[in-house]
Amino acid sequence: MIHLVWLVPFLPLLGFLINGLGRRYLSKPLTGIVGSGSVVAAFVISLLIFFEVRTPGFTPQVVTLFDFISVGSLHIPFAFQVDQLSALFLLIITGVGSLIHIYSTSYMHDEPNEGFARYFAYLNLFVFSMLILVLGANYVMMFIGWEGVGLCSYLLIGFWFKNIEYNKAANKAFIMNRIGDFGFLLGIFLLIQQFGSVTFSEVLPQVASLGENSGVLFAIAMLLFIGAMGKSAQIPLYTWLPDAMAGPTPVSALIHAATMVTAGIYMVARSNVMYSLAPHIQTIVTLVGLVTALLAASIALKQNDIKKVLAYSTVSQLGYMFIALGVGAYTAAVFHVMTHAFFKALLFLGSGSVIHAMGGEQDIRKMGGLKKWMPITHFTFLIGCLAIAGIPGLSGFFSKDEILAHAFGYSPVIYGLALIGALMTAFYMFRLYYITFTGKFRGTHEQEHHLHESPAAITFPLIVLAILSVIGGYVGMPAVFGVPNLLAEYLSPIFAPSAPFLHEHHLSHSLEWGLMGLSTGLVIVMILWARSKFANYTDNGQPTTGFAKVLENKWYVDELYDAIIVKPLMSLSKFFQDVVERSGIDALVNGVGAAVKWGGGRARLLQNGQVGFYIFAMVIGMIVLFVISLFL
Amino acid sequence: MPVQYYIFLSIALFCIGIMGVLMRRNAIIIFMCIELMLNAVNLLLVAFSKMWVDAGRIDAASAQLFVFFVMVVAAAEVSVGLAIIVMMYRNTHSVDINILSRLKN
Repeated sequence: MIHLVWLVPFLPLLGFLINGLGRRYLSKPLTGIVGSGSVVAAFVISLLIFFEVRTPGFTPQVVTLFDFISVGSLHIPFAFQVDQLSALFLLIITGVGSLIHIYSTSYMHDEPNEGFARYFAYLNLFVFSMLILVLGANYVMMFIGWEGVGLCSYLLIGFWFKNIEYNKAANKAFIMNRIGDFGFLLGIFLLIQQFGSVTFSEVLPQVASLGENSGVLFAIAMLLFIGAMGKSAQIPLYTWLPDAMAGPTPVSALIHAATMVTAGIYMVARSNVMYSLAPHIQTIVTLVGLVTALLAASIALKQNDIKKVLAYSTVSQLGYMFIALGVGAYTAAVFHVMTHAFFKALLFLGSGSVIHAMGGEQDIRKMGGLKKWMPITHFTFLIGCLAIAGIPGLSGFFSKDEILAHAFGYSPVIYGLALIGALMTAFYMFRLYYITFTGKFRGTHEQEHHLHESPAAITFPLIVLAILSVIGGYVGMPAVFGVPNLLAEYLSPIFAPSAPFLHEHHLSHSLEWGLMGLSTGLVIVMILWARSKFANYTDNGQPTTGFAKVLENKWYVDELYDAIIVKPLMSLSKFFQDVVERSGIDALVNGVGAAVKWGGGRARLLQNGQVGFYIFAMVIGMIVLFVISLFL
Repeated sequence: MPVQYYIFLSIALFCIGIMGVLMRRNAIIIFMCIELMLNAVNLLLVAFSKMWVDAGRIDAASAQLFVFFVMVVAAAEVSVGLAIIVMMYRNTHSVDINILSRLKN
């Protein structure tokens, strides 16, 4: 089956071509079947591949399609690498992707046929690019997928392109991504210069030979990490993600929760030996992740748009994944990617269901008491909130606590700060839950009449994701529970090369139980505090003041970027337009034309029609010719 | 007779011819001056031919033959030119070349 791995990205590509080229001719049911069916089929094949990869003693296999770049001694084939890491990501991408495609057939139902087909075409193209990213056997293939998902993110955020604000958000996402991509590209160049190759199986074993204090390795790791900062929305390149909520909600679920933003994590996990060996990079990654997690969580405390809260939550959770990568807990990071994909997609799809029922309203101050009208959405959303908060028994608890435990082993201070972030997570998520689903309904009467539970195509994915959010954690149980950590065993061949360079801190079992109990207890306190504050929420309409105002305005980071970067660039651009373009280039080009015109005007005078003058000119010409022939 | 006399005469005739071509207004006079130039060249050719033959190179006699070529060309050119002047006179009733500036602008 593995030799058919090329089918996995190819089927969504086919879906993209059919829906994209036939968007004027296809009916909505056909479009939905083609779009969703391609991803479901890809999921089935991924499942078969996964079972093959799971057999003990499996070694990574590379399926080469064709030679992409061959220059001198540099060979970059278009090849897929099938190993434990990529097989796992395949399942996540195609699995969650299929559910979101099915959800979209109902959510996007109001679009005209052409828009509907265009949406599914873009979504399929995105799945194709993401699969290329995780399946690529070398950094260039990964970069192809990296750029592809950035492009599809732009296309899908600006899907309703007639709205200028959405277009600006799409531009912002793409441009910030490109800044990161620039770093990534420089990293690839350095890799080629240092190792002469970009293929994982050739470069990564050689990394160890560079030694512990290699400046080159630090540069490569840092540059690649800059790419990850852009793609996975870490500080300072994170402001695009909340604005990206302008796109349709399933897009937010797929791209900005479950898959594209995890590309950075995948890249670091794939290059784990580089990040374990390079000096100082671990500290940088951990700190960036930590600061991002705390900053985003603080902003989420005061947001009133249901999707913005989830967006900042995503940024925050990605920060946690980077904390895990930074302290060397690679398995924990991938584990959190998986569980986060489940519950964050669930939360986003649930919010989409709510927005749909509210007729497009996204402000939670106008919601309330929705659990009466939307039982399934309410129950699944609650499960998502419990999972992200880290209630024991649900998937989020296991992955988050594993990260926190490893952080404690690295540094108790980092653990403390990360724990504060986790408590903020629980608080703002349950603030969102209580304001939206409990209490009295605060919307208008027409909205109230419109409230209904969503159709099956929407609730079915919600239910599936809720089940996964509950049981998804049991594959990665920590050792204290006495059951084997299936995920760690599965991924051990991927992360084994890092092991000699990591300083493993083993926590005693009692300490681990203590940490788990501490976090669980504090989380429950947070939830109860949120309930006491928000369960019967009424919007008193007063403007927020003081520190809360800073949080509500996102720490004014967007305004800061606007002043430091956007305005100088715009004035530089204006300068170029007014001065350089007008007085410089235009003057030059127009001047050439004017010179030709002047010369022509002068030359015209030779043609005065007087025969005598013509004869004179002939004589002059003859004399000149004679003189020239004398000298030649 | 030293050959320089012939050369000076030829140059003088040629320069007079050029002056006439450039300065005269009457088209027929201009033609006469062109003929003058051609004949000056003929004179030069014959003079040099005799000079070289006397010096021992008998193949220089072909220069005298070239004079006939020049005369034939002059005749052909005059016939065409006079035809043009006749047409010109029929159209404008003048042979003044300053009148013929219709190519202007």
